[in-house]
Amino acid sequence: MSSVVQAQGIGRRFGRRWAVARLDLVVGANERLLVIGPNGCGKTTLLRILSTLSVPDQGTLTLFEGKSNPRENLALMAHEPGVYEDLSATDNLRVIAQLASKSTTSIPDILESVGLEDRSEPVSTYSAGMRRRLALAVLLLQQPKLALLDEPFAQMDPAGIAQVSTSILELPGAVIIASHQVQHAAPLCTRAILMDEGQIRWQGPASKAEAAWRALHVERGEL
Amino acid sequence: MNTMLQILQKDLFIEWRARSRTISLISFAYTILLLFSFAVGPNAVAMRQHAAAYLWLSILLSSTLLLDRSMRIEIEAGALHTLLLAPVSKAGLFYGKALANTFQLMVLAGISIPLIYVICDATLVESAGWLILTAILGTAGLAAPGTLYSAMTARMTGKQLLLPLLLFPLVVPVIVAAVKATTLAMLGDPMDQIGAWLTLLICFDLVYWSLCGVLFGRVIEA
Repeated sequence: MSSVVQAQGIGRRFGRRWAVARLDLVVGANERLLVIGPNGCGKTTLLRILSTLSVPDQGTLTLFEGKSNPRENLALMAHEPGVYEDLSATDNLRVIAQLASKSTTSIPDILESVGLEDRSEPVSTYSAGMRRRLALAVLLLQQPKLALLDEPFAQMDPAGIAQVSTSILELPGAVIIASHQVQHAAPLCTRAILMDEGQIRWQGPASKAEAAWRALHVERGEL
Repeated sequence: MNTMLQILQKDLFIEWRARSRTISLISFAYTILLLFSFAVGPNAVAMRQHAAAYLWLSILLSSTLLLDRSMRIEIEAGALHTLLLAPVSKAGLFYGKALANTFQLMVLAGISIPLIYVICDATLVESAGWLILTAILGTAGLAAPGTLYSAMTARMTGKQLLLPLLLFPLVVPVIVAAVKATTLAMLGDPMDQIGAWLTLLICFDLVYWSLCGVLFGRVIEA
């Protein structure tokens, strides 16, 4: 099976603290990986390194088996929606589609799939949940071979979570989801890793992620 | 080239959608011009002689608001990351944004010049073409380093203070040349010096636009 991510001993340091340290990870072309872990364990830093927006301070990262310009094939749904506050959802998707050389014909369908159709007001007036939906719409527009999603269910109501889950399942290629909401994210993934202090503490099937997550809490005396 | 035009179109479209901010910017430039006239007092000769300086200082001070905003729209909701991962060419991104800023500064200059004529009782002895050419070259000389520095300071604390602190010393030659060329166009150029000042402006513009275009990619990736 071809891999989209091959990370060997990657690490990223902020000051004297290693947010991610000596981490090895291989992700297959159509694999769905769940990344869980407590706050500050390095999930967001790992996704930023994999997105190439952060350069690792140690180790080597190979994306898409070393093919040129990996950014053409990946997309990141970060904490911010990655759009322009003064434009509407439709205008934002149109602008991004033009810049990324993507077709604009699918924009109405994408907006409908994330529940943002008929929204002509600027993004600055959107709620936090609507911003997450728009961020996912940007990802759906890009149709990447590697989608990186950082807390896709944050600030979502139950209906939004169901809608977003369906949209995530429609994403082509490999998907890496970093989330605290294991019960919502695990059914969308095949494999999971549990991170703690910048390193992988456990890895296994996504169906066992919640048990591993609980075990970490018990070990820390938090349950 | 295609990316540059798309970024230019995108920036102007965003400014059109948020045009209340443009009105605030024009109001700010007008306020500065009026404050200069109040500070100098009812001295028509001094006002006329220094009209070009008031115009360019007003554009310079207003430019910091415009330049800061031009990069803030990319940063505030993470749009810059989407652009970098699109991926758009960094040179195209810089030249598109710098052209959009130049265009907006030219509009600001175009709107400020009539007020200068009203409050300073200014004249136009030479051809209006010289004045227009000076406005284009002068605003281009502010826009290129301004776009680079706004990208550099966009994520820093105290960016509103840092941007003018970094930008103003760098653009002193542009302001001097633009003020001299504008003064000669307004008051007359008996010794044919305007061409030399405009040549100087062209040289600064060439250096700034090429150097800033090279450095911009490193700045935004950092």
